Parts: sequence; structure tokens; C-alpha cells
Amino acid sequence: MREITYAAAVGEALREEMARDERVFLIGEDIGPVRDPGEDLWAQYRERRVWQTPISESGFTGLATGAAAAGLRPVVEIMYCDFVTCCMDPICNQAAKITLMSGGEFHVPMVIKTPAGGGTREGGHHSQSLEAWFMHTPGLKVAMPGTAYDAKGLLKAAIRDDGPVIYIQHRLLHPQSQQVPEGEWIVPLGQADVKREGTDLTLVAYSWALTKALQAAEALADETSVEVVDPRTLVPLDVDTIAASAAKTGRLLVVHEAPERGGAGAEIVRRVAERFVPLQAPATVLGAKPVAMPYSPPLEDHVLPQVEDIMAAVRRLVAWKQ
Amino acid sequence: MPDQSEMLRLLTTMLRIRGFEHRLGKYYNYSAYANLGGRRESDRTAALLTSTLYDFASSGMIGGAVHLYVGQEAVATGVCAHLRDDDYVTGSHRGHGHFIAKGGSLRGALAELMGRSGGCSHGYGGSMHLFDPAKGFLGGNGIIGAQIPLALGPAFAAKYRGEDGVSVAFFGDGGANQGTLYEAMNIAALWKLPVLFVCENNLYAATTPQRISSPLPDLAPRAEGFGMPGAIVDGQDVLAVYEVAGEAVRRARSGDGPTFIEAKTYRFHGHCGAESDHAFPDECAEWRQRDPIELLKAKLEPADVARVEAQVGEELDEAEAFAVSSPLPEANEVERFAF
Repeated sequence: MREITYAAAVGEALREEMARDERVFLIGEDIGPVRDPGEDLWAQYRERRVWQTPISESGFTGLATGAAAAGLRPVVEIMYCDFVTCCMDPICNQAAKITLMSGGEFHVPMVIKTPAGGGTREGGHHSQSLEAWFMHTPGLKVAMPGTAYDAKGLLKAAIRDDGPVIYIQHRLLHPQSQQVPEGEWIVPLGQADVKREGTDLTLVAYSWALTKALQAAEALADETSVEVVDPRTLVPLDVDTIAASAAKTGRLLVVHEAPERGGAGAEIVRRVAERFVPLQAPATVLGAKPVAMPYSPPLEDHVLPQVEDIMAAVRRLVAWKQ
Repeated sequence: MPDQSEMLRLLTTMLRIRGFEHRLGKYYNYSAYANLGGRRESDRTAALLTSTLYDFASSGMIGGAVHLYVGQEAVATGVCAHLRDDDYVTGSHRGHGHFIAKGGSLRGALAELMGRSGGCSHGYGGSMHLFDPAKGFLGGNGIIGAQIPLALGPAFAAKYRGEDGVSVAFFGDGGANQGTLYEAMNIAALWKLPVLFVCENNLYAATTPQRISSPLPDLAPRAEGFGMPGAIVDGQDVLAVYEVAGEAVRRARSGDGPTFIEAKTYRFHGHCGAESDHAFPDECAEWRQRDPIELLKAKLEPADVARVEAQVGEELDEAEAFAVSSPLPEANEVERFAF
């Protein structure tokens, strides 16, 4: 075992996949020598396999979609997830639909890789969690790794997938480090992971919210036993693992940093409810407040669920009386 | 200048496109549009939006929105005559002509419009979404301008692999006003991608005239701003298009980058369906005097023309027989695209 950061894990996945498969190339804004997302990929591959683009999200995402349909395997870097608004057409109307609209004649093996999330004091245009937009669009898979191990394994799986995958990193996770094995591993899309065993409540969390959830579970360890489940991919969603955990603990709390309304949490609760899992307390979603992300620290911290908020929600559900 | 047999090949392609679209009338309820004629514009729009025209039941065996290419055949024909199967094309709303010119099969296109399993997209695409990987046809498009950056992809892929394939994006004067064109032109010129931007300036974006949507009548000069050659060509003259496109394809294949071609043309029918929605009937009559097929026929021997016409007629008969006998897809088949 060795210790690497989440950012280094992403870089490793890219390096290994580019070495393994000649068709994989990297394209996007600001991925030159200064912000090389794969450490030295620029030095090794520029002019052929790493393309630093003009600020033209629609143009280069459309290019990548066409290149994928023509047999390459692009990894598209969108500098901030907030900027996907400029390329929603190539992602949602084109890449997501080409396979179906062509009756399976064309495939789009492409990864849209983008940092997202709040808590970074960057204001309304650099802090959003937009995964629900992609979940709602048939044809896209959505990966949200919360650890260095998953970041590497999921990116490799996403690059090898034959359809478009949205791979969302959280900026606050980048410097987090973790013990991981040497060599290669794959984390399949659609396989949740129980990050912490428990008996009293199932806490589903992904991306940076997973870190907060684990901190909350640890802080509550003396009073209640919380099981933390990380879905790792929101599409496909591993409902089996989540529902089995909820059935075991009898309580379900989903935490994410995206707004609660119409979000991933709502979808997870729906999918579990349809299994008719008997619960001892209302299934609950704890997400961001329904406002755009403000800048000032007390405001931003208030909008996003914090460890204390998660602890309070857990306590409320565990103490719930019919 | 193409030789006689090449000219007959061009004629064959144009007749395939024209004949295909004319035969759609047998299966598509154009009269639903005709019945709307003479009404006030607001009633007409409301009727169009609420019409049952889009039902297969009322319209025969083809439903939905169908955008005809009649009048513009010389453009796709003249350009695609220079392309190989491993070159790629992305088309517009008006994609039947692009598909057929690129070598897509008549039976595949007709069966697709009828929503049949034997369609080129197996009934999943429809009129604006004809696809054929074997012929390098990466779809028409229902989003105006979206097809332009898509065409950069196969051009990029060809360059990436060290091959000499080229890509063509067809779009109209409406698509020319989308920002996607300028992002794509910038990237293509910057990276010298083997792409042709072919603007079919048919003077209307849906029903909006070009003169009130663009400050200048010519669009090709916009290419200069990207350091890319821009050419204006008579889009009714297939030989002129053939000439200009040939030069652009040679340029692209030899690594000299993209070209912008503006073909001045006209759609003889309305934006959607066969009836004219042109605000200026005189203008339409004038353009019909310059029918691209008649212009080419005048340069050929009548016997040769008759032979080609008969041959295309047989191909269309065969395509019709295939399409009507092709089964409709099983509804639950769509589940294979779910995850």
C-alpha cells in the first residue's frame, strides 16, 4: 500500500489509460503545462493527445462527441462544472442521444470530466453541484467519486465505457490522501460501496458530502451506529445495496451538496420507497438550501449541509417516534 | 470540369434525392398543410401547432416533421461527389439530401421515415436523424447549428490517426447565425482540421428571411476573420459546386485546413412539409426557373437522361417495396438503450 491524493489518483488513471489505449485523448480548457490534470501528460503527449483548447465549450465538446462517434475515446475537461451550461447541447442533445437515435449504429465513448462543488468561496459561477441535471438526461452515466481509490477506479471504468459518462470531481477532495494499492484497479459503474458499517441508520452520501458524512458518523459513534453507503455512481444507481442497508438499519438519510429540490437524494429515496423497505423514521434528504451559492463564508457554510447539520439530522431520525 | 460519366453520376444522385422526396407524398399527409392555406398567419400557426398532422394515423405511414431538400440538390450532390465512405458528413434539419448524396441507401431512408426496423436508424431516429456509420453519415440534426462542431470530430480523428479523411458540416443561413459555427471555425482553422463548412444559404431560417436575420447578404466573407478561405458558389449549378468543393476537399486532404463554402440556393417548398410558406411567391417562381436538375439535364444527351431516370425510378420502387414490408419495431426493444 501507498498513500496518494485524490488528484494524483485521477492523474494516474489518465496516464494509465492513455498508455493502454491509443484512442484515448484529452481535450479541454487550461490543461496545458500549468494545470496539467494528469501531471506530465502535457509534456508527454501534447500536440497529439493532449489538446488545450480555446474557451469554446460548445465547440470542443461537440468535436469530442464527433470524434468519439468516429472511434476515438475522448476525455473532455470542463474547467468548472458551472461552465457546462455552454455545452449542454453537445452533451445532452447530441452525445446522450446519438446511440439511441442511430438505433445503436453509433456509440459515443466519451468522458466529460469536471470539477464541481461548493465550500471553496468562489461564488455563484464556480460552486455548483449539477449532477441532477445529468441524471435527468437519459443516455448519460454519472460518476461522483468520493475517495482517491474510487477516483482512479471509476475514471478507468468511465474511459472504457462505450457511452458518455459525466465524471464529477469535488475540488475539496483533490488534496485528500488515502492508502491505495499499487498498480491498476477498476471500480465498475453502478456498484455502491459501504464505507462504514452500522446498525441504526443508513447514511447515503457521495463526493465531498461523503467526507462530511463519515466525520459525522465518527463523531456520533458513542451514541449511535451509522452505516455510510457511497453510491459512487448516480447513474447507474446501485439501489440493491442502498435498499439492503436501509432494510437492515430501518432508517435512511441521504446527504448531498446539491440543492435538495429535484435532486439525487429525491431519486434515491424514491427508488428505495418503491422497494417498500419498512423504515422506522421518514426517509430524509439533507442538501443545499434552494439558493444560488453566496460568496461570504458564513453565507456559503449556511447554504451547504455541514457535519453538525448531518449529526442533527441523524439524531432526529434515530430519536423519531411514530 | 467533370467528364460525361461523372455528370451522369451527379444527375443520378440529384434524381435520387428529388425522387425520394417526391415519393414521400404518397405516405405523408402534405394536404394537412395545404388545408391551412389562406388563413391568417396567427390561425395558421396555431393550426400547425395543434394539427394532427404529426400522427402516423392521419398522415399515412410517415409522421412527424419532414423538411424537404427539393431545390437544393446540387449542393449536397456537388460536395459529396468528392467524398469517400470513410469521410464524414453531418447534416441539418434538411438531411435527406445529405444522407442520399453521401451514399446512404434509399431503402434505409424511406424505411426510417416510416419508423420501420429496416430503417437506417432502425426506427429510432426519424427524418432528422438518419445515420449510417458505414457511409460516414453522422446524422442530420434537430438542433440548428449543433451539427457543425460534431463534424470537427471525425476530421480530428482522421488527423489523429494520420489518415487523410475529411468531414463536411452542412448547415443553412439559420445555422450560420449560431455561435457553434464560430467556435468550430476558430478551432478548425487553429488546428488545420480537414473540414468543409458548407452553408446552404436558402434565404430562410424556418420562416425568417435571411435579409432580416443577417446584416449582409453574403456569409462567406465571415470566414476571412478566421484566416480561412471563403467561397461563394451558385448552389443551383451542380458543376460549379463540384468545382469549388473539389478544391476545398483537396485542400483539406493535403493538410491545409478548412474551407467555408456558401452556396446560394433556395428551397422550393416550405420549411416543414411540402406546401410553400414563402412570403414572396414571385421569388419562389423565379428560383424554380433555375431548377438544378433541369440545368444539368440541359448539358446531357436526352437518351442518357432517360436511362438514368428509369434506373432511379426502379431504385425507388425497390426502396418502397422494402420499406412498406419492413416490420415495425417491437416496443420493448427500446429497453436495450436504458440503464
